[in-house]
Amino acid sequence: MIPLAWMLGLSAIVFVIGVVGVLVRRNALIIFMSIELMLNAANLAFVAFAREAKSLDGQIFVFFVMTVAAAEVAVGLAIIVNVFRLKETVYVDEINLLKG
Amino acid sequence: MTPALFIAFGAMLVIASLMVILHRNPVTSALFLVVAFCSLAAIYLLLHAEFLAMVQVIVYAGAIMVLFLFVVMYLNLKHDVEHGIHLALRRGAGWILGGVLLSEALWFFGRHWAAGPLAPEEAMATAGNTEAIGRVLYTRYLFPFEITSMLLLVAMVGAVVIAKGRGPHVERGRPPQGASGAPAAPADRQETA
Repeated sequence: MIPLAWMLGLSAIVFVIGVVGVLVRRNALIIFMSIELMLNAANLAFVAFAREAKSLDGQIFVFFVMTVAAAEVAVGLAIIVNVFRLKETVYVDEINLLKG
Repeated sequence: MTPALFIAFGAMLVIASLMVILHRNPVTSALFLVVAFCSLAAIYLLLHAEFLAMVQVIVYAGAIMVLFLFVVMYLNLKHDVEHGIHLALRRGAGWILGGVLLSEALWFFGRHWAAGPLAPEEAMATAGNTEAIGRVLYTRYLFPFEITSMLLLVAMVGAVVIAKGRGPHVERGRPPQGASGAPAAPADRQETA
Protein backbone atom coordinates (compact mmCIF):
# COMPACT_ATOMS: atom_id res chain seq x y z
CA MET A 1 0.00 0.00 0.00
CA ILE A 2 1.57 3.26 -1.17
CA PRO A 3 0.88 6.27 1.08
CA LEU A 4 -1.18 9.04 -0.46
CA ALA A 5 1.43 11.65 0.46
CA TRP A 6 4.07 9.95 -1.71
CA MET A 7 1.88 10.03 -4.77
CA LEU A 8 0.89 13.64 -4.19
CA GLY A 9 4.52 14.56 -3.64
CA LEU A 10 5.53 12.87 -6.90
CA SER A 11 2.69 14.65 -8.65
CA ALA A 12 3.83 18.01 -7.22
CA ILE A 13 7.43 17.39 -8.31
CA VAL A 14 6.45 16.51 -11.87
CA PHE A 15 4.08 19.47 -12.06
CA VAL A 16 6.79 21.87 -10.90
CA ILE A 17 9.21 20.42 -13.45
CA GLY A 18 6.61 21.23 -16.07
CA VAL A 19 6.19 24.77 -14.76
CA VAL A 20 9.94 25.34 -14.78
CA GLY A 21 10.11 23.99 -18.31
CA VAL A 22 7.51 26.49 -19.48
CA LEU A 23 9.31 29.33 -17.70
CA VAL A 24 12.88 28.48 -18.67
CA ARG A 25 12.81 27.10 -22.19
CA ARG A 26 12.03 29.17 -25.25
CA ASN A 27 11.47 26.41 -27.77
CA ALA A 28 7.72 26.20 -28.31
CA LEU A 29 7.83 22.42 -28.73
CA ILE A 30 9.59 21.94 -25.39
CA ILE A 31 7.01 24.25 -23.81
CA PHE A 32 4.30 22.00 -25.21
CA MET A 33 6.02 18.94 -23.76
CA SER A 34 6.16 20.70 -20.39
CA ILE A 35 2.43 21.32 -20.59
CA GLU A 36 1.97 17.60 -21.20
CA LEU A 37 4.05 16.90 -18.10
CA MET A 38 1.79 19.16 -16.05
CA LEU A 39 -1.34 17.45 -17.34
CA ASN A 40 0.16 14.09 -16.45
CA ALA A 41 1.00 15.28 -12.95
CA ALA A 42 -2.63 16.31 -12.50
CA ASN A 43 -3.71 12.90 -13.80
CA LEU A 44 -1.49 11.19 -11.24
CA ALA A 45 -3.10 13.20 -8.45
CA PHE A 46 -6.54 12.24 -9.79
CA VAL A 47 -5.67 8.55 -9.80
CA ALA A 48 -4.17 8.78 -6.32
CA PHE A 49 -7.28 10.37 -4.89
CA ALA A 50 -9.52 7.96 -6.78
CA ARG A 51 -7.72 5.04 -5.17
CA GLU A 52 -7.88 6.70 -1.78
CA ALA A 53 -11.61 7.30 -2.10
CA LYS A 54 -12.18 3.85 -3.62
CA SER A 55 -14.12 5.47 -6.41
CA LEU A 56 -13.86 5.24 -10.18
CA ASP A 57 -14.88 8.83 -10.88
CA GLY A 58 -11.32 10.09 -10.69
CA GLN A 59 -10.19 7.58 -13.28
CA ILE A 60 -13.03 8.60 -15.59
CA PHE A 61 -11.90 12.18 -15.22
CA VAL A 62 -8.33 11.21 -16.15
CA PHE A 63 -9.77 9.65 -19.28
CA PHE A 64 -11.38 12.97 -20.20
CA VAL A 65 -8.20 14.88 -19.42
CA MET A 66 -6.32 12.61 -21.82
CA THR A 67 -8.86 13.37 -24.53
CA VAL A 68 -8.51 17.09 -24.01
CA ALA A 69 -4.72 16.74 -24.04
CA ALA A 70 -4.83 14.90 -27.34
CA ALA A 71 -7.04 17.59 -28.88
CA GLU A 72 -4.81 20.31 -27.47
CA VAL A 73 -1.65 18.74 -28.88
CA ALA A 74 -3.19 18.34 -32.33
CA VAL A 75 -4.30 21.98 -32.53
CA GLY A 76 -1.19 23.35 -30.81
CA LEU A 77 1.23 21.53 -33.09
CA ALA A 78 -0.73 22.75 -36.10
CA ILE A 79 -0.33 26.30 -34.80
CA ILE A 80 3.40 25.76 -34.26
CA VAL A 81 3.82 24.41 -37.80
CA ASN A 82 1.95 27.43 -39.14
CA VAL A 83 4.06 29.85 -37.11
CA PHE A 84 7.20 28.13 -38.33
CA ARG A 85 6.07 28.58 -41.93
CA LEU A 86 5.46 32.26 -41.31
CA LYS A 87 8.46 33.20 -39.14
CA GLU A 88 10.84 30.26 -39.68
CA THR A 89 11.44 29.93 -35.96
CA VAL A 90 9.79 28.18 -33.03
CA TYR A 91 11.49 30.26 -30.36
CA VAL A 92 8.80 32.05 -28.44
CA ASP A 93 10.86 35.18 -27.81
CA GLU A 94 11.28 35.73 -31.55
CA ILE A 95 7.55 35.39 -32.19
CA ASN A 96 6.40 38.91 -31.36
CA LEU A 97 3.78 39.58 -33.99
CA LEU A 98 1.34 41.02 -31.47
CA LYS A 99 3.88 43.17 -29.70
CA GLY A 100 3.04 46.34 -31.66
CA MET B 1 7.41 -4.84 -2.92
CA THR B 2 4.92 -2.27 -4.18
CA PRO B 3 6.49 0.73 -2.41
CA ALA B 4 9.90 -0.22 -3.79
CA LEU B 5 8.49 -0.39 -7.31
CA PHE B 6 6.74 2.91 -6.77
CA ILE B 7 9.98 4.57 -5.69
CA ALA B 8 11.84 3.11 -8.65
CA PHE B 9 9.30 4.22 -11.23
CA GLY B 10 8.81 7.56 -9.48
CA ALA B 11 12.55 8.22 -9.66
CA MET B 12 12.50 7.25 -13.31
CA LEU B 13 9.60 9.62 -13.92
CA VAL B 14 11.33 12.54 -12.19
CA ILE B 15 14.65 11.98 -13.94
CA ALA B 16 13.01 11.61 -17.35
CA SER B 17 10.93 14.76 -16.80
CA LEU B 18 14.04 16.68 -15.80
CA MET B 19 15.83 15.48 -18.92
CA VAL B 20 12.87 16.64 -21.01
CA ILE B 21 13.32 20.23 -19.91
CA LEU B 22 17.12 20.18 -19.61
CA HIS B 23 18.25 18.52 -22.83
CA ARG B 24 19.28 20.75 -25.71
CA ASN B 25 18.09 18.49 -28.51
CA PRO B 26 14.29 18.46 -29.00
CA VAL B 27 14.31 14.88 -30.34
CA THR B 28 16.04 13.63 -27.19
CA SER B 29 13.55 15.60 -25.11
CA ALA B 30 10.66 13.92 -26.90
CA LEU B 31 12.17 10.47 -26.36
CA PHE B 32 12.66 11.18 -22.66
CA LEU B 33 9.02 12.25 -22.56
CA VAL B 34 8.13 8.77 -23.83
CA VAL B 35 10.13 7.30 -20.93
CA ALA B 36 8.27 9.57 -18.51
CA PHE B 37 4.88 8.51 -19.89
CA CYS B 38 5.77 4.83 -19.72
CA SER B 39 6.94 5.05 -16.11
CA LEU B 40 3.73 6.92 -15.28
CA ALA B 41 1.80 4.05 -16.88
CA ALA B 42 3.68 1.64 -14.61
CA ILE B 43 2.70 3.78 -11.60
CA TYR B 44 -0.93 3.61 -12.73
CA LEU B 45 -0.59 -0.17 -12.78
CA LEU B 46 0.69 -0.10 -9.22
CA LEU B 47 -2.36 1.99 -8.27
CA HIS B 48 -4.75 -0.59 -9.78
CA ALA B 49 -5.75 1.65 -12.67
CA GLU B 50 -5.04 -0.91 -15.39
CA PHE B 51 -7.26 0.66 -18.00
CA LEU B 52 -5.61 4.04 -17.58
CA ALA B 53 -2.17 2.47 -17.80
CA MET B 54 -3.01 0.95 -21.15
CA VAL B 55 -4.62 4.16 -22.41
CA GLN B 56 -1.57 6.08 -21.21
CA VAL B 57 0.75 3.89 -23.26
CA ILE B 58 -1.46 3.87 -26.34
CA VAL B 59 -2.59 7.49 -26.41
CA TYR B 60 0.33 9.36 -24.86
CA ALA B 61 3.38 7.26 -25.59
CA GLY B 62 1.88 6.15 -28.89
CA ALA B 63 -0.21 8.76 -30.61
CA ILE B 64 0.78 12.05 -29.01
CA MET B 65 4.50 11.36 -28.99
CA VAL B 66 4.45 10.26 -32.63
CA LEU B 67 2.81 13.59 -33.42
CA PHE B 68 5.51 15.41 -31.44
CA LEU B 69 8.37 13.55 -33.09
CA PHE B 70 6.83 14.04 -36.50
CA VAL B 71 6.64 17.80 -35.98
CA VAL B 72 10.18 17.97 -34.54
CA MET B 73 11.55 16.17 -37.58
CA TYR B 74 9.38 18.17 -39.98
CA LEU B 75 10.70 21.44 -38.60
CA ASN B 76 14.30 20.13 -38.60
CA LEU B 77 15.34 22.04 -35.49
CA LYS B 78 18.92 22.58 -34.51
CA HIS B 79 20.19 22.47 -30.98
CA ASP B 80 19.06 25.35 -28.86
CA VAL B 81 21.55 28.20 -28.84
CA GLU B 82 20.86 30.24 -25.76
CA HIS B 83 23.04 32.96 -24.34
CA GLY B 84 22.88 36.49 -23.02
CA ILE B 85 22.06 38.15 -19.75
CA HIS B 86 18.32 38.03 -20.45
CA LEU B 87 18.37 34.28 -20.73
CA ALA B 88 20.41 33.86 -17.57
CA LEU B 89 18.05 36.15 -15.71
CA ARG B 90 14.99 34.36 -16.96
CA ARG B 91 16.48 30.98 -16.22
CA GLY B 92 17.38 31.96 -12.66
CA ALA B 93 13.94 33.44 -12.10
CA GLY B 94 12.30 30.33 -13.51
CA TRP B 95 14.20 27.96 -11.25
CA ILE B 96 13.60 30.12 -8.18
CA LEU B 97 9.89 30.35 -8.92
CA GLY B 98 9.81 26.62 -9.47
CA GLY B 99 11.53 25.99 -6.15
CA VAL B 100 9.07 28.22 -4.33
CA LEU B 101 6.12 26.50 -5.99
CA LEU B 102 7.53 23.06 -5.20
CA SER B 103 8.08 23.78 -1.52
CA GLU B 104 4.61 25.28 -1.33
CA ALA B 105 3.01 22.24 -2.97
CA LEU B 106 4.99 19.77 -0.86
CA TRP B 107 4.04 21.62 2.31
CA PHE B 108 0.42 21.57 1.26
CA PHE B 109 0.39 17.93 0.20
CA GLY B 110 2.32 16.87 3.27
CA ARG B 111 -0.53 17.85 5.54
CA HIS B 112 -2.82 15.21 6.85
CA TRP B 113 -5.70 14.53 4.50
CA ALA B 114 -8.96 13.91 6.29
CA ALA B 115 -10.51 10.97 4.51
CA GLY B 116 -14.20 11.17 5.10
CA PRO B 117 -16.54 8.21 5.08
CA LEU B 118 -16.80 7.47 1.38
CA ALA B 119 -19.07 4.99 -0.26
CA PRO B 120 -16.85 2.02 -1.05
CA GLU B 121 -17.31 0.74 -4.58
CA GLU B 122 -16.30 -2.86 -4.70
CA ALA B 123 -15.52 -2.60 -8.39
CA MET B 124 -12.14 -1.06 -7.60
CA ALA B 125 -10.91 -4.05 -5.70
CA THR B 126 -11.67 -6.63 -8.32
CA ALA B 127 -9.26 -7.53 -11.07
CA GLY B 128 -11.44 -6.26 -13.91
CA ASN B 129 -10.82 -2.54 -13.68
CA THR B 130 -11.54 -2.04 -17.38
CA GLU B 131 -14.97 -3.62 -17.12
CA ALA B 132 -15.94 -1.38 -14.20
CA ILE B 133 -14.71 1.73 -16.01
CA GLY B 134 -16.61 0.80 -19.13
CA ARG B 135 -19.78 0.27 -17.15
CA VAL B 136 -19.50 3.70 -15.47
CA LEU B 137 -18.46 5.39 -18.70
CA TYR B 138 -21.46 4.16 -20.65
CA THR B 139 -24.05 4.80 -17.95
CA ARG B 140 -23.34 7.71 -15.63
CA TYR B 141 -20.85 9.47 -17.89
CA LEU B 142 -22.48 8.75 -21.22
CA PHE B 143 -23.19 12.37 -22.10
CA PRO B 144 -19.65 13.67 -21.35
CA PHE B 145 -18.34 10.70 -23.31
CA GLU B 146 -20.37 11.71 -26.36
CA ILE B 147 -19.30 15.35 -25.94
CA THR B 148 -15.73 14.10 -26.00
CA SER B 149 -16.25 12.74 -29.49
CA MET B 150 -17.46 16.16 -30.59
CA LEU B 151 -14.37 17.73 -29.03
CA LEU B 152 -12.10 15.38 -30.93
CA LEU B 153 -13.93 16.07 -34.18
CA VAL B 154 -13.62 19.82 -33.70
CA ALA B 155 -9.93 19.49 -32.83
CA MET B 156 -9.31 17.38 -35.91
CA VAL B 157 -11.03 19.83 -38.24
CA GLY B 158 -9.29 22.74 -36.53
CA ALA B 159 -5.87 21.14 -36.84
CA VAL B 160 -6.39 20.43 -40.54
CA VAL B 161 -7.61 23.96 -41.23
CA ILE B 162 -4.80 25.61 -39.26
CA ALA B 163 -1.99 23.46 -40.62
CA LYS B 164 -3.20 23.78 -44.20
CA GLY B 165 -2.27 27.46 -44.26
CA ARG B 166 -3.90 30.13 -46.36
CA GLY B 167 -3.11 28.86 -49.81
CA PRO B 168 -0.36 28.06 -52.30
CA HIS B 169 1.25 31.50 -52.07
CA VAL B 170 2.51 30.77 -48.56
CA GLU B 171 5.11 28.28 -49.76
CA ARG B 172 6.26 30.22 -52.79
CA GLY B 173 7.17 33.40 -51.03
CA ARG B 174 5.69 35.47 -48.31
CA PRO B 175 3.70 38.43 -49.59
CA PRO B 176 4.14 41.81 -47.91
CA GLN B 177 2.43 41.71 -44.56
CA GLY B 178 -0.25 44.30 -45.28
CA ALA B 179 -1.38 42.74 -48.55
CA SER B 180 -1.83 39.18 -47.34
CA GLY B 181 -5.59 39.51 -46.88
CA ALA B 182 -6.61 40.60 -50.38
CA PRO B 183 -5.07 37.96 -52.68
CA ALA B 184 -5.74 35.11 -50.30
CA ALA B 185 -9.45 34.80 -50.99
CA PRO B 186 -9.32 34.34 -54.78
CA ALA B 187 -6.45 31.90 -54.48
CA ASP B 188 -8.42 29.78 -52.05
CA ARG B 189 -11.46 29.80 -54.27
CA GLN B 190 -9.41 28.81 -57.26
CA GLU B 191 -7.90 25.95 -55.38
CA THR B 192 -11.18 24.49 -54.27
CA ALA B 193 -12.88 24.94 -57.64
